[in-house]
Amino acid sequence: MALDIIIAGLINGSTYALLAIGFSLIFGVARIVNIAHTAFYMVASYCIFLIVQKFGYHPIVGMLVAVPLITLLGLICYKLFIDPIREHEAAVLIGTIALAIAIQEIMLLIFTGDYLSVPALIQGYFTIFDVKVFYQQLLTFVVALIILGALRLLLMNTKLGVAVRATANDREVANLMGINESRVAMITMGISVGLAAVTGAVVVPLTTISPFMWMHPLIMMMAVVVLGGLGSIKGSFAGAYILGFAEALVVFLIPMGAFLKGSVALSIMILVLLIRPEGLFGIAFEEER
Amino acid sequence: MKRPMILMTTLMAFLIAMTISFPAMGANTIKIGVIGPMQFVQGKGHWNGATMAAEEINARGGVKVGKKKMKIELIKADSNEFLNPTDATNAMELLLSRDKVDFVVGGFRSEAVLAMQDIAMDYKTIFIGCGASHTQLCLRLAEDYDRYKYWFRLTPFNDQLLGRTTFIHLGTVGAILKKSLNIPQVKVAIVAEKAMWVDSMIAAAKGLIPKMGMELAGVWQPSQAATDVSAELSAIQRTEAPLIFTIFSASVGIPFAKQAGELKIPAVQVGINVEAQKDGFWEATQGMGNYVMTMNTYARGVEQTELTKPFVDKYIERFGETPTYTADTYTAIIHMLAPVIEQAGTLDANKLIPIMETREFIGTANLVKMVSTPEGKPIHDLKWGPGYATSLGVQWQDGKLVGVWPNKWKATPEAPEITYKGIVPYKIPPWVIEKYKK
Repeated sequence: MALDIIIAGLINGSTYALLAIGFSLIFGVARIVNIAHTAFYMVASYCIFLIVQKFGYHPIVGMLVAVPLITLLGLICYKLFIDPIREHEAAVLIGTIALAIAIQEIMLLIFTGDYLSVPALIQGYFTIFDVKVFYQQLLTFVVALIILGALRLLLMNTKLGVAVRATANDREVANLMGINESRVAMITMGISVGLAAVTGAVVVPLTTISPFMWMHPLIMMMAVVVLGGLGSIKGSFAGAYILGFAEALVVFLIPMGAFLKGSVALSIMILVLLIRPEGLFGIAFEEER
Repeated sequence: MKRPMILMTTLMAFLIAMTISFPAMGANTIKIGVIGPMQFVQGKGHWNGATMAAEEINARGGVKVGKKKMKIELIKADSNEFLNPTDATNAMELLLSRDKVDFVVGGFRSEAVLAMQDIAMDYKTIFIGCGASHTQLCLRLAEDYDRYKYWFRLTPFNDQLLGRTTFIHLGTVGAILKKSLNIPQVKVAIVAEKAMWVDSMIAAAKGLIPKMGMELAGVWQPSQAATDVSAELSAIQRTEAPLIFTIFSASVGIPFAKQAGELKIPAVQVGINVEAQKDGFWEATQGMGNYVMTMNTYARGVEQTELTKPFVDKYIERFGETPTYTADTYTAIIHMLAPVIEQAGTLDANKLIPIMETREFIGTANLVKMVSTPEGKPIHDLKWGPGYATSLGVQWQDGKLVGVWPNKWKATPEAPEITYKGIVPYKIPPWVIEKYKK
């Protein structure tokens, strides 16, 4: 059973990590709490469904088209709905909630509430110590690791990365040093939404597509970033796997309470916050700027 | 100057009052409100069934009410009850107050229908339920007949009988596994979504499974909206249960069937999986839902009554899919309401109800009869059992949803065997045979 828990925990954690990293990135840099983040993940899933199921292309083509398309959509939404109200954090929060609901309703109108799905990029499963694991789940895990590595490279070894980190540290000072803070925020938004689209592309064969598929991951993703520390990518990664393992533990140890896995994960988040309000890797609120 | 003004004002006020108070005066249509979650399969079924009924009636000139023929006019109301039951009550209120419908058909989620029922009763309007199974919807008549007599349930039969029927399916498949695979004692894993309606079924299943000569392997309750149940499936596989009793009405039925099929979990699935009742299930599971069995009302090629085939064929031709049970709005309008209106020669609910509650008629899915409590109080609920409503056991077999139950079913040892026309044998998935066949 221990192995079942480890494998299930790694798989759950990878999905949450993929979502939470993008969310954390845009919050860390631009202080934007983008509630619509998982709505972009949902749109990416529909986009892939359309390309694969309706037009008959390979899922890889679906991914290659969906990721830039959704990134572009994210940037348009940012320019139209977020950028004008960026200075008012509460307005951004409410605005992105409205944006997410609007996206949901548009998808409901186009695709109705029917549940849909797409085939896996790699069909089938393998068995490890008597535990069956989908190849697609393995791919999710690998992609999560690659994304984390790529992000680290981008942030630590490129000029853009320096600008992003500088902006995340102190927007005013970064501006005074000649960094176009607004442009950095927009690029970060693009990366963030792109990551949501990549998550959609990798996770969609494992899930069911519906206009409401963004809600549960949103709650879990927020729990992950709060647990890991708002704005901390490292924290998001750690938080994702902690909650992933917590969920797996509930399913295997309390089968009749499997539906409680979300609640247990959220309770862990609350517990951590009571002990360490800034989250595992976050900056203490009083120290913040 | 003042008198003509007063006269004009009085006349205008009178005309407005007449328009508001007697909208149906001289009306040439019978207005029927069709209420359901219109963005979802269930609501589409409500609307499609009603549309077919209205078109057929109107094509033959309408319904004879006394001396004149009245055509059917349908009013669509989106209850949005999956997302917000408050929307359902608002939609019902609008149907009755603004659209002033003569009858209402539809409804799906019991918690929403209970609230909608009260509104229809306030307006003393006949409401034929085509979707909600909660027993209380009909028991309310036993408590307060004068208030709730306007309610009738046409489909499905109540939740207690749904449970009873699924246990018959469970026993049937358990016996097939025992006989075909030589499993001395069949282990059963119960997997039910977390919802109020399943609690009584789990409790009953826990008690009944040992009495049926099988062993309970455990109970798993994922969330209704779970999208990944691979952990639950791993745990079930460890129990070595060859039979999974599913109780799903929500979307979790899709990932469960899909992942179980893809992982080739060596266990068959029997019970209720509402998503598996729909034609879209095959595509939604990428074909991995093969061999899943669920209770259902219709299946292509299966004839419960002489009206089943013409209805199902025409529905498929018109809408390109097999009807789900909510499409019984067709029977509600064409076989339940229209003949009674013609017989009574009026739209007056109080004159129609006595006929509706005693009338026995053939519907598209079964012979319809309304039952009373053992004390003889009418509750306008469906009669269940051989010759009446039994539903079907259907199984996905290589992309087709076929009927597999009742197949030589005897309700009691003395009762005659029942097999509907078009029923085919149940199939065990090859990977289950491979695992257990010695």
